[in-house]
Amino acid sequence: MTGTPLTHIQATLEDPRLQAAIYKASGRLMDHRRHAIDPEELPDFQELRTQANLLKRHTIENLDHYLEMFQAQVEAHGGQVLWASDGQQVADFVLELARRKQARLIVKSKSMTTEEIDLRDRLEPQGLETVETDLGEYILQLAGERPYHIVAPALHKTREDVGEIFSRRLGVPLENEPEKQTKIARAVLREKFLAADIGMSGANFLVADSGAVVLVENEGNARMSTTAPRILVAVAGIEKLIPRAQDLAVFLKLLGRSATGQALTVYTSFLSGPRRETEIDGPEEFYVILLDNGRSKLLADPEKRQSLFCIRCGACLSHCPVYRKIGGHSYPWVYSGPIGAVITPQFQGIQAAGWLPFASSLCGACGEVCPVKIELPQLLLELRAEIQKARARHSENRWEKLAFRAWAWVMRHPRIYEMLGMMAGAVLPGASPGDWRERLPRWAARGPLGAWISQRDLPPLPERSFRRVWRERLRAGKS
Amino acid sequence: MPREHILHKVRTALGRSVGQAPAPAPAPRLRIPEVDAEARLASFFRRIESLAGKTFHAAAAEEARAYVERVVDGRPAVASNAPFLRECGITGLASVQTGFTAAAELRAACVAAACGITSADYALADTGTLVLLSSPEEARTISLLPAAHLAVVPRRRILTGLDELFSRLERPADQTSSMVLITGPSRTADIEQILIRGVHGPGEIHVIVV
Repeated sequence: MTGTPLTHIQATLEDPRLQAAIYKASGRLMDHRRHAIDPEELPDFQELRTQANLLKRHTIENLDHYLEMFQAQVEAHGGQVLWASDGQQVADFVLELARRKQARLIVKSKSMTTEEIDLRDRLEPQGLETVETDLGEYILQLAGERPYHIVAPALHKTREDVGEIFSRRLGVPLENEPEKQTKIARAVLREKFLAADIGMSGANFLVADSGAVVLVENEGNARMSTTAPRILVAVAGIEKLIPRAQDLAVFLKLLGRSATGQALTVYTSFLSGPRRETEIDGPEEFYVILLDNGRSKLLADPEKRQSLFCIRCGACLSHCPVYRKIGGHSYPWVYSGPIGAVITPQFQGIQAAGWLPFASSLCGACGEVCPVKIELPQLLLELRAEIQKARARHSENRWEKLAFRAWAWVMRHPRIYEMLGMMAGAVLPGASPGDWRERLPRWAARGPLGAWISQRDLPPLPERSFRRVWRERLRAGKS
Repeated sequence: MPREHILHKVRTALGRSVGQAPAPAPAPRLRIPEVDAEARLASFFRRIESLAGKTFHAAAAEEARAYVERVVDGRPAVASNAPFLRECGITGLASVQTGFTAAAELRAACVAAACGITSADYALADTGTLVLLSSPEEARTISLLPAAHLAVVPRRRILTGLDELFSRLERPADQTSSMVLITGPSRTADIEQILIRGVHGPGEIHVIVV
């Protein structure tokens, strides 16, 4: 289909090392999740999913109310809320803040939202050093790549890759032991944390009744980024709202388990405003940037707005048979896997990303594992229908339409159907040994038909067609 | 103004008007199981140990102090201003600095310290979690910068889990600008999914329940 990055997908499929890495990593994430939601461990898992879905639905359907409540609460706790329609407005604010505060160095914790708006690429050319501090993200920043998986950003990198990247970019001796590689990163990044002027983070949740930013992580880099520098700037999509702090009792039980199989991640930070007067440490300034960047577009359709319920656990990626073959970088945007296939065409338009909803076997695994019960398979189908309709309008699928019209005509003419059936019997499987596709005329093996059959086999044709058997039986019955 | 622009787009998409009250929210879902103190402690310790944390049950303050002294072993350490640490005599240990009220000095001490010693406002039995609220008594940096974190917790502060925590603290922001939940030592699995402890936060955690 138009726009499908076939070359990249082919290269991924033909790289056995990469295939093994994706399979192993996603398989492990699946195993961990399965243990963490075992009924002995979490008997009310399904009830929690239902409650999370209800809460997200309620919040999204009343989003303007909760956004205003959130802003009022942040301000009541001494922080500031900024609003940004797109990535440029986020960057403009950060650059202006940095200029005003004479800041030169930003430490950043992992955030898909800032990846989405290419924030680093907007800040660094302006002379503002911006360092990713999550180990996986740091490796990718040094390598100049984007995340491969929402919760395991560098899952496609081997220790040898990391050793090479560190030695090339940091000038350290080649080191291939992950433990020692981690120590190298710790030492380099510790310096950055202590020297940074501004800390930046994303947000896993924004709590409306508290004006709080909630961050979950395992390494401690988000705590560092939000504790050490004098200024904290969190960037979050407007869909991250939840009504109350008490609702975290539902969401926190689901997020860690669905992402990495942890009952809780190592650190969960609940941050509301700058440090209070009597508190000893923490940031003195606290800003939250609420980013739209196309989200409000997704709200209009009552069905499709559930795409905004996503809490970015990555479970649908790890469980997706398509993601597990083609990997995270075959997707056109930072969001990959089934959730990427659902939101990318809605954000970027079907011209750029219309192939995505078709790149699915509709096995339903994504919908089954989603902790907030987004009906991903249904959304994929709905998008397919929309995209087909749009294509029909643009007559992009003239050949397909013609083919189906011909098919319909043949089906209405039994004699011709039978004749064609006999002809097909000469080439199709069952007729003689060998790959039936090799017996097709050359013109048929090229073009769209060729692409279609290159990945599909047919069941062998029976020696006698149904129609023939039927006729024979009728004759036998009469005599 | 992006604010009005975004809110307008949101309202238009949702068919809502300015100041329109929201539909009633689903009731909070908080289920607190009945678990006796003995079982809570056992579960709390089992969880921490499964995350490679160390645990110690001290019958009295004196035992807690002795345990901390053994772990610190004369290395530089920073203790928080939690009154419970003073009550246990931990702030009086030879290599332990305490009483910081200024961020810069505290940070310098924590950068140099091998151990950070705190108490905890709550602990969660079903996940092995420490809950620390930033206050004049507990600073954020002490449980973050040093390579080892020791937490000395009175037994009565062990709650069953998240549901009980959030029913006690309906809105943590009323009390503090920072609440952190700590569940085991800092870790990563970003390189080949190999588990490594002590990335940016402490790689070693000791929980002493008195």
